[in-house]
Amino acid sequence: MKIRVLVSLKPGVLDPQGRAVHHALEGLGFKGVDDVRVGRTVELDVADDTSDEALDDMCQKLLANMVIENYRIEKLG
Amino acid sequence: MAFRSAVITFPGSNCDRDMAVALEQVSGTAPLRVWHADADLPEGLDFIALPGGFSYGDYLRSGAMAANSPIMRSVKAAAERGVPVLGVCNGFQVLTEAGLLPGALMRNASQNFICRTVALTVENSQSLFTAGYASGQTIRIPVAHHDGNYFADEDTLDRIEGEGRVAFRYAENCNGSRRDIAGVLNAAGNVLGMMPHPERAVDAAHGGTDGLALFESAVKALAKA
Repeated sequence: MKIRVLVSLKPGVLDPQGRAVHHALEGLGFKGVDDVRVGRTVELDVADDTSDEALDDMCQKLLANMVIENYRIEKLG
Repeated sequence: MAFRSAVITFPGSNCDRDMAVALEQVSGTAPLRVWHADADLPEGLDFIALPGGFSYGDYLRSGAMAANSPIMRSVKAAAERGVPVLGVCNGFQVLTEAGLLPGALMRNASQNFICRTVALTVENSQSLFTAGYASGQTIRIPVAHHDGNYFADEDTLDRIEGEGRVAFRYAENCNGSRRDIAGVLNAAGNVLGMMPHPERAVDAAHGGTDGLALFESAVKALAKA
């Protein structure tokens, strides 16, 4: 089973990287970009019987830092 | 009584030798060197140091991989027993990732790697690490980091400030840290994490010796215990 985990900074957590990218986009002349947030994608190939609980556990213990980040799990089949 | 300390080396640590030199200089006893893959710490440690560097190449997040390495189970157990644990720079990142200290270290607000000597204000001079300083004293200690921007939510910040757990603040905020926080203690006061490098300020040839009092405080605390 292919899994995609999207890790993003929590709302309210300042994202210096996103801000720099935003700045660079404006520098390239792109108009109308209101905000940029940079996250991380982790792709996993796991056994088909891997439980949702186990996936949550992986995210909370390692893939995301719950102090500053949220995560979303997508099952790609 | 010999001061029995250990310096943990992770793959990518690069301040472990500096830390060992500082500890030997102040305590008179060379620290034991422990490799991250060791399952157990040496018996009867008086002090554990997690050095600076780029453990595991900062993969995933700074300190995230090291926080889950085999030796960290023993470090957590020792911290819970009250053994003093000092984490500097990457060591601080490892301690937050391991859940031994609150908060997280994010990318510097400027996006730049900062390598210079900064002024710190000693906030708490009651801890075993900081008893050799005076409250409100300004000291000068080098920083060298890309991810030193301390973050915690407002409730956590209020709590650690209320409990006197902010050990050091930046006199001039160099990295965007919330409330200028440069160093944090755990609730019991035996774990300290800080981004600045006290081990790089223990000899006049370093350009300053303001880090000496931190190591001297820890050695004195043991002698009294």
